[in-house]
Amino acid sequence: MLVPIIIIVVLVVLVVFVVGIYNGLVTKRNRVDEANSQIQVQLKRRHDLIPNLVNAVKGYMDFEKGVLTTVTEARAGAIAAGAQGPAAQAQAENVLTGALRSLFAVVENYPQLKANENVLSLQEQLTTTENQISFSRQHYNATVLEFNNSLQVFPNVLIAGPMGFTKREFFEAEPEAAEVPVVNLG
Amino acid sequence: MTTFYSEESANRRNSFLLALVVVAFLAVFGFVIGYAIGYANGDPVLWGIGALAIAVAVGLLSAMGSYYGGDQLVLASSHAQEVTREQSPQLFNVVGEMAVAAGIPMPKVYIIDDPSPNAFATGRDPQHSSVAITSGLLSKLTREELQGVLGHEMSHIRNYDIRFTLIVGVMVGSIALLAQLFLRYTFWFGGGRRSGNDNNSGGGGLAIVFLLVGVVLAILAPIFTALVQMAVSRQREYLADASSVELTRNPHGLETALAKLAADNESLHSANGATQHLYIVNPLKKLGGGSDLFSTHPPIVDRINRLRQLTGDPPMDPSEVRQLTGLE
Repeated sequence: MLVPIIIIVVLVVLVVFVVGIYNGLVTKRNRVDEANSQIQVQLKRRHDLIPNLVNAVKGYMDFEKGVLTTVTEARAGAIAAGAQGPAAQAQAENVLTGALRSLFAVVENYPQLKANENVLSLQEQLTTTENQISFSRQHYNATVLEFNNSLQVFPNVLIAGPMGFTKREFFEAEPEAAEVPVVNLG
Repeated sequence: MTTFYSEESANRRNSFLLALVVVAFLAVFGFVIGYAIGYANGDPVLWGIGALAIAVAVGLLSAMGSYYGGDQLVLASSHAQEVTREQSPQLFNVVGEMAVAAGIPMPKVYIIDDPSPNAFATGRDPQHSSVAITSGLLSKLTREELQGVLGHEMSHIRNYDIRFTLIVGVMVGSIALLAQLFLRYTFWFGGGRRSGNDNNSGGGGLAIVFLLVGVVLAILAPIFTALVQMAVSRQREYLADASSVELTRNPHGLETALAKLAADNESLHSANGATQHLYIVNPLKKLGGGSDLFSTHPPIVDRINRLRQLTGDPPMDPSEVRQLTGLE
């Protein structure tokens, strides 16, 4: 009589244990997905802001049409790459980031533009969007780290594989981020 | 490895435990007071249980009140005004950025119209949270420094520090209130009753002993809770500074922001003893160095030096410190 009871108790404990690990992994995987959708929201926001910026500066920058064309093309490329998987998307978005940087560098040369309320407001909006993109990537990587760690530690590793949990990829930084960072002390 | 998720669950647990301890403390406190008053009136047990029930009810109500409405109370008593994105676009943007970095929903944004630079966060969880910043601080900071300060506040929100400090504030406030009430009423009841009850003179001595215990409790209670509140909140400030850098990846922003906060010695008029532990720097008065027992915040010089360790910069030398605090 005692042996079956012990077996049942052990089984119940085991099931509770496995369910606990499973639920923990699901929660962490959902955090990763949520963090990823945050990035997409910010990227979309940047795509929406760019036409306004281009329109606002177009009139002033007759001689620098090339910069505007680069930005517009990079935007189109980034939108198209959205459907081609994370790696292609990341690359196209980095091209867009570079194009926007050179646009703002050029704006610095036009005093009327720097004083234009509309351009200033767009610049602040794009700055915050750029920051949100990098912060949401940072947060995404933090959640991926948390998720991957919990997949690989013992005893989770025994359960994670058979239950279909797979490692997630980190968001890789753009190559120039590996260079010496420039810190703006304001 | 300590992650912010483990910090979060520790805070949830501690908030609950703190509320429980305070309610238990109130129960004992109420019973002693009731027993003492009852002794003078002839039925100590009845009075004791009655007062215990009242004290527990007060404790539970204040715990629930602080959980659901404490943030509004704190914001209203600080004269904070909610602002819209149109009124303060950059502040809104930076709050949004730091919320994204911390992975929490966008908190409500408030401005306190006061030249003294300061900021705090409050609420019961990240879904019901608010950040408030004084107009003085907003006008003094660059965008990067604002990120540092708001990163500090976001980590308070993300770690559930806001829930804990909210409950501490309101519970400490209600204990202080009760102690005050008690001190006032025992002198009326106790003094008046004893003189008319001379036939019960044997118990009179015991009643006096109970009254003394009650008075000692009433004096000790606020001091004790204030000490807990202060010790607990200093560690939180260091942790929030470190987490802010974890979010912004830029120790210099917060460092120069702290230097600007330290350089100003003006008190914040709307802050008080029950809310001072919420702020990024102590709003009441800024005594130079020395982290003494009764300080809710670590000295700013110490906080700046800890941030400098992250970048490998040397700590502030004495002349820098003198220049910063304006003290000789």
